Amino acid sequence: MVETFYEVMRRQGITRRSFLKYCSLTAASLGLGPAFVPRIAHAMETKPRTPVLWLHGLECTCCSESFIRSAHPLAKDAVLSMISLDYDDTIMTAAGHQAEAILDEVMTKYKGNYILAVEGNPPLNQDGMSCIIGGKPFVDQLKRVAKDCKAIISWGSCASWGCVQAAKPNPTQATPVHKVITDKPIIKVPGCPPIAEVMTAVITYMLTFDRLPELDRQGRPKMFYGQRIHDKCYRRPHFDAGQFAEAWDDDGARRGYCLYKMGCKGPTTYNACSTVRWNDGVSFPIQSGHGCIGCSEDGFWDKGGFYERVTGIKQFGIEANADKIGGVAVGVVGAAVVAHAAVSAIKQSRRQQGDASEQNK
Amino acid sequence: MLSAQDMQEAVAHGRQVRAVYVYEAPLRLWHWVNALAITVLAMTGYFIGSPPPSQPGEASASFLFGYIRFAHFAAGYVLLAGFIGRVYWAFVGNEHSRQLFKLPVFDSAWWKEAAFELRWYLFLERHPKKYVGHNPLAQFTMFLLFFLPLLFMIVTGFALYGEGAQAGSWASMLFTSWVVPMFGQSQDVHTWHHLGMWAIVVFVMVHVYAAIREDIMSRQSMVSTMLSGWRMFKDDKP
Ligand code: HEM
Ligand code: HEM
Ligand code: SF4
Repeated sequence: MVETFYEVMRRQGITRRSFLKYCSLTAASLGLGPAFVPRIAHAMETKPRTPVLWLHGLECTCCSESFIRSAHPLAKDAVLSMISLDYDDTIMTAAGHQAEAILDEVMTKYKGNYILAVEGNPPLNQDGMSCIIGGKPFVDQLKRVAKDCKAIISWGSCASWGCVQAAKPNPTQATPVHKVITDKPIIKVPGCPPIAEVMTAVITYMLTFDRLPELDRQGRPKMFYGQRIHDKCYRRPHFDAGQFAEAWDDDGARRGYCLYKMGCKGPTTYNACSTVRWNDGVSFPIQSGHGCIGCSEDGFWDKGGFYERVTGIKQFGIEANADKIGGVAVGVVGAAVVAHAAVSAIKQSRRQQGDASEQNK
Repeated sequence: MLSAQDMQEAVAHGRQVRAVYVYEAPLRLWHWVNALAITVLAMTGYFIGSPPPSQPGEASASFLFGYIRFAHFAAGYVLLAGFIGRVYWAFVGNEHSRQLFKLPVFDSAWWKEAAFELRWYLFLERHPKKYVGHNPLAQFTMFLLFFLPLLFMIVTGFALYGEGAQAGSWASMLFTSWVVPMFGQSQDVHTWHHLGMWAIVVFVMVHVYAAIREDIMSRQSMVSTMLSGWRMFKDDKP
């Protein structure tokens, strides 16, 4: 018999009181009103449990590290150890054949009904040899498990965009999940790593409401990736005033001025860091005095320096940026204009002399 | 003012008419409003990329960067409004009002004329020709170095604007929603928008130089044409 979420939780010794607390916390972290709490509770009580299979490809496990540090312990415990996480090779007790057996079991028992969470991505070059799981290329495992899943969560920038292992020249051809699996709904939760609360909230949303949260054009949940860091940054008044840190050790930096001139990518980065923050809401990079590096944006590793506002354009050479290219263009064209004007002036005066002599004839 | 018939004759026999009304008032107004908007946009845009030195005092005492960005966005709206008006005028205005939007690449005579103009600018032709509207080379640069970059700046500019105006704003729905995914991410849009500025700056340099040079060296008026609308020919020869 297939159990409901609630039954599993009770079996694990969770009291009803704790269960309801978890429901309200989840509603809060999803930005839902109190009216949703009973709906979440109801869904948990009646819906059959949806298992989550968590695969690891080419990655650094920072997504998992972030996930297990979720600030709402209940949400984390519930998702992690009780409700759903049936297979996650880095944190599960089983190993080797036992672990793979669980994978097969869930895949057959819950065919078409489990959620596949992918951390990292498959490298495609050298027949996928750069990432081997259980003796086979990761890309094979990914395709096999993806075949019968209900939906895929792409954890982090690796699964979503490719991240550093896909940085130019990308020798292993590390490829984001949506370019390998094209026939399943995919939800991207980018970031290096993504914020823990965002991760648990996304999973809980999918488990309780049985559908994907609303996504933007690039497949990210709007509720967490709908605004830029810059839109909610607490240093924004300094930005508007024109008060910037100009060096890491100047007065502006000490006074907590805007880090725009130090290359902060907050204005171009969609994520929830400036609202949800990190480590139980303690801080986030800008609050700690360092600009945003834009880790949740596509290709952030290949977009020039983290410490410059007008970023480099590699196609034009290491030191080039828009202003330097523009400066050279203006210089060349300016010189051409001056030279052309000089020749024109000579021609013109000759012509006038010619005209004058013609008239004198 | 000349009738359409007169105008055609003027084109055919430049020698018979010393002056032709070329640029109608709305077009001239657009030219100068547009030039002003672009000047403001390029200056404020540069500062958006490389802000002026940090301001002293309390944050609430100053709104310098806010004003710089405001001026940029306000000029951006002026540019857009002007552009829409200019496109409208291409439909209702005279024949010359359509030149800016056309690149007659399949017209071999046009290419010949353009090649002639290129030789003229390379000092290989001794005597310039007469043109009522833009000469073909000017038309070529106007289209490739002005019209297309301007369109690009408006699209990328309002895509960036829509990010600040937030999802749901018209700019976000109309531009941000597809422009940012197309480029990959917002930083790329910034970089290309920034490069676009330099393309337009280069156009303006060449354009202003060519206008003044032609004013002196060609056989027709230039700068005054964009002020009064009348093209004056300096001689009666064909
Ligand atoms: C930001 C600066 C400027 C921009 C973007 C600009 C753009 C343009 C454009 C697009 C046209 C074509 C008009 C049409 O066909 O509808 C034009 C024509 C013209 N512009 Fe400008 N312009 C600028 C500044 C100037 C300045 C400063 C002058 C004066 C020195 C000038 C003189 C002219 C003249 C004389 C024409 C007519 C050319 C002809 O008769 O063939 N422009 N300009
Ligand atoms: C000839 C036209 C234009 C020029 C030369 C120009 C120039 C620039 C430059 C150089 C930047 C800095 C880019 C960077 O490195 O971050 C910029 C930013 C920007 N421009 Fe423009 N721009 C033009 C038209 C427009 C238009 C029509 C709009 C629409 C309102 C617009 C909106 C913006 C926005 C929103 C930003 C980003 C501001 C920010 O990040 O705070 N631009 N522009
Ligand atoms: S520190 Fe970064 S995100 Fe914050 S206001 Fe400045 S530029 Fe924007």
